[in-house]
Amino acid sequence: MEWETVIGLEVHAQLNTVSKIFSGAATAYGAEPNRQACAVDLGLPGVLPVLNAAVVAKAVMLGLAIDARIAPRSVFARKNYFYPDLPKGYQISQYELPIVAQGHLDIELEDGTRKRIGITRAHLEEDAGKSLHEGLGAMTGIDLNRAGTPLVEIVSEPDLRSAREAVAYMKKLHALVRYLGVCDGNMQEGSFRCDANVSVRPRGQEAFGTRAEIKNLNSFRFVERAINFEVERQIDLLESGGQVVQETRLYDPERDETRSMRSKEEANDYRYFPDPDLLPVVIHPEFIERLRTELPELPDAKRDRFIGAYGLSDYDAGVLTGSRELADFFESVAAGCGAPKLGANWVMGEFSAALNRSELDLRDSPVSAAALAQLLCRIEDQTLSGKLAKDVFEAMWAGEGDADAVIAARGLKQITDTGAIDAIIDAVITANPAQVEQYRSGKDKVFGFFVGQVMKQTQGKANPAQVNERLRARLLGD
Amino acid sequence: MALETLTGWRRRLQAREISSRELTELYLGRIDRLDAQLNSFITVTREHALAAADAADVRLGRGEEAPLLGLPVAQKDIFCTEGVRTSCGSRMLDPFVAPYDATVVARMNAAGAVMLGKTNMDEFAMGSSNETSFYGPVRNPWDLDRVPGGSSGGSAAAVAARLVPAATGTDTGGSIRQPAAFCGITGLKPTYGRVSRYGMIAFASSLDQGGPMAATAEDCALMLNAMAGFDPRDSTSVERPAEDFHSDLQRDLKGLRIGLPREFFGEGLDREMRAAIETALAVLKDRGAILVDISLPNSGLSVPAYYVVAPAECSSNLARYDGVRFGHRCADPVDLQDLYTRSRAEGFGAEVKRRIMIGTYVLSAGYYDAYYLKAQKVRRLIADDFRRAFTDVDVIAGPTTPELPFRLGEKSADPVKMYLSDIYTIAVNLAGLPGLSMPAGTIGNLPLGLQLIGNYFDEARLLNVAHQFQQDTDWHARMPAAFV
Repeated sequence: MEWETVIGLEVHAQLNTVSKIFSGAATAYGAEPNRQACAVDLGLPGVLPVLNAAVVAKAVMLGLAIDARIAPRSVFARKNYFYPDLPKGYQISQYELPIVAQGHLDIELEDGTRKRIGITRAHLEEDAGKSLHEGLGAMTGIDLNRAGTPLVEIVSEPDLRSAREAVAYMKKLHALVRYLGVCDGNMQEGSFRCDANVSVRPRGQEAFGTRAEIKNLNSFRFVERAINFEVERQIDLLESGGQVVQETRLYDPERDETRSMRSKEEANDYRYFPDPDLLPVVIHPEFIERLRTELPELPDAKRDRFIGAYGLSDYDAGVLTGSRELADFFESVAAGCGAPKLGANWVMGEFSAALNRSELDLRDSPVSAAALAQLLCRIEDQTLSGKLAKDVFEAMWAGEGDADAVIAARGLKQITDTGAIDAIIDAVITANPAQVEQYRSGKDKVFGFFVGQVMKQTQGKANPAQVNERLRARLLGD
Repeated sequence: MALETLTGWRRRLQAREISSRELTELYLGRIDRLDAQLNSFITVTREHALAAADAADVRLGRGEEAPLLGLPVAQKDIFCTEGVRTSCGSRMLDPFVAPYDATVVARMNAAGAVMLGKTNMDEFAMGSSNETSFYGPVRNPWDLDRVPGGSSGGSAAAVAARLVPAATGTDTGGSIRQPAAFCGITGLKPTYGRVSRYGMIAFASSLDQGGPMAATAEDCALMLNAMAGFDPRDSTSVERPAEDFHSDLQRDLKGLRIGLPREFFGEGLDREMRAAIETALAVLKDRGAILVDISLPNSGLSVPAYYVVAPAECSSNLARYDGVRFGHRCADPVDLQDLYTRSRAEGFGAEVKRRIMIGTYVLSAGYYDAYYLKAQKVRRLIADDFRRAFTDVDVIAGPTTPELPFRLGEKSADPVKMYLSDIYTIAVNLAGLPGLSMPAGTIGNLPLGLQLIGNYFDEARLLNVAHQFQQDTDWHARMPAAFV
């Protein structure tokens, strides 16, 4: 039987506010355990939550960017369950009336076509703390620094049909929240993570199969692997006459498998009800319109502009708009050297390769956009050949100064003076009469020998095009 | 020196006829001598009080006039007080020393109040007799075999016995007004949102409201001036211009329309109680008020609606008491489940457990619509009844309770009977309105209360009516004989 995979993702993105969603404590990552947990975060007797307005603005921006409906009135609800890292015994979330509903995101498939993925809703909630097990013997420690960090949970429709589509969607969403500046997207620190609802059904069947929910996937690679594993597991199960049970599963990257965490029967009844400590969130149309005007250019619009304005290919424009930082970097380079295509090739080629090699973030690059633009100017004005430019770039990367400084220090300036090149060519011709004879008798291949000799004499500084032209003239003409 | 009202002591302090230290020692002495009979305090903060009194005397010496400067008060043990045990009447919080002050406490401290201690209460404010306290029942100073009411029974008994001139209370379904009535004092539950709930340990968040308990309406006005006000740390606190609750006290009652809901005077009201209330209403009529018969047709639904909404919220509010971070933790838990189960089983009393179970049930999948949502609809109907009534009348009046203070143990075995003790007060909380109870007579030796209900933010009007009543009566000035 042929099986079809059906996936829906619930992405949790931490909103990058300075303080928490319902308290004044800081949200910064990495502090000593429980140093960023105030009375409200600890759920002490008598404390009350107060909504951080910055959180609302960020959720609305996200809603606008996915073309969703912004609820004029949304309501915080309590999700009740006991867990040691959940200080109040309930999580403040949104349930029946989320702040954002009915949006969508377009992803690019491998065959180049685009697919629209529905987004059911996006709601605000507070993050829980963390349980710590290391270095505490038989005890479990609780760190509540993360408790109360604002989250937006973005729930997709079950529109995704493969692990690759799921990854493409998640990457697109990841780029989007970072474009918007609402989430830092740091997946190692858990700022952007997802739960995947996975099921399979015989191709052509309309009804969904029973799904399993894989919790807490915090890298694109894990999303892809976990889904692929889970799809195979479910198919194997069904084909051997078994049944998929509705349950929550955990992905173990060490063993590359998913394992059952709890079944539906063990699932909590969360007893949601509106939180009486918080007023409904009322959003006026003027607020939405103001934020709309403040929206940055979004990835799809930017890609289309790059294609139109810079004449880039669909692929190149897609790569360069993959993150807002890279797109901004490219645009600075393109503006600085006046050669967008050359800029695109360098940013995606030498520059990205160097970043990868050095395992550096774009913002930590030793070569700035302005410096790279200057280097490309030297290619454009023929000071440097493409090959020499790569050497100069390596030197710049190593901290030897900007392009002009490296060129001067290494005497790499390209020789474009016709007289000087002619003199060298003449010397080479005089010194190699046998090869001249061969060439003149039709052995075209010998031409390369002469080019090599000339470049050798000039330590590669001669302009190759000029060398070719002058050499051919000299060999044939005289 | 005669025992003055809060207002009287303020005058004497300002006139430097007595120092705050002397006054504080006077009341601490009374607590030492007399509270063994009542059990109205859980914690007496002697050292703290004397230090605060000395500080107040310095300020008084500089001629400062903060509203409560140098005046002894007590805090219901539901308000968090920094550095002082805040138990909420529960074993669960017996070891809990709050690391911060509730907004009400901070405001009263800033106003110069001298806190003598924390008063006894029903566990987590769940009860109408003060018998559910982990620290034992409080006794009614008018008859030590009888209950003082609840849940603010410690505050009511302490004020009635003049162990303190004024105290704070909280009222979720009648917990200020019913004990005020049972103990013969004046108590005001303000409009929901008038007094900050920050630091006031939550029972049912949409109903809880703190308020003053004192001998007179004038004293309650003085207290409310210090307690009330917008608090950015409580999202349900209402932002309004500051008000002086004294300003309307002297207003005459000519032409004031007082509505008498027929539902409050029907079956279930003690016959003698009814007669006493009618006598009290005649005093207001003599002052020029017009008595109007009205109806609050849905008031019969208030008790059932309340016992869905309040337990639902409490079941969630009390989930944080899990033995993990603070409060009672069972000895040697073997695993997480054991830690939760035993800590909560040991830490909570029977009434709290009953309400957590009811609340958990009414919020459960499949029951939510039938109970919680239905109760919320009833709540709107009840609020609509009042809204309609206030288009015709200025104030609503009736008995605070259907009967006199009952005997200890009399209703402990029958929770429904106990719940019906709040039948006249609960609707006010469901609607979020202000309500006041003032002493309006006695039957035998036992006091009874007249309840006044006002429109939203009409506390000044309620205090005005009560103050005028207290010009022509002396019920508020009477003291239980054993405590004179």
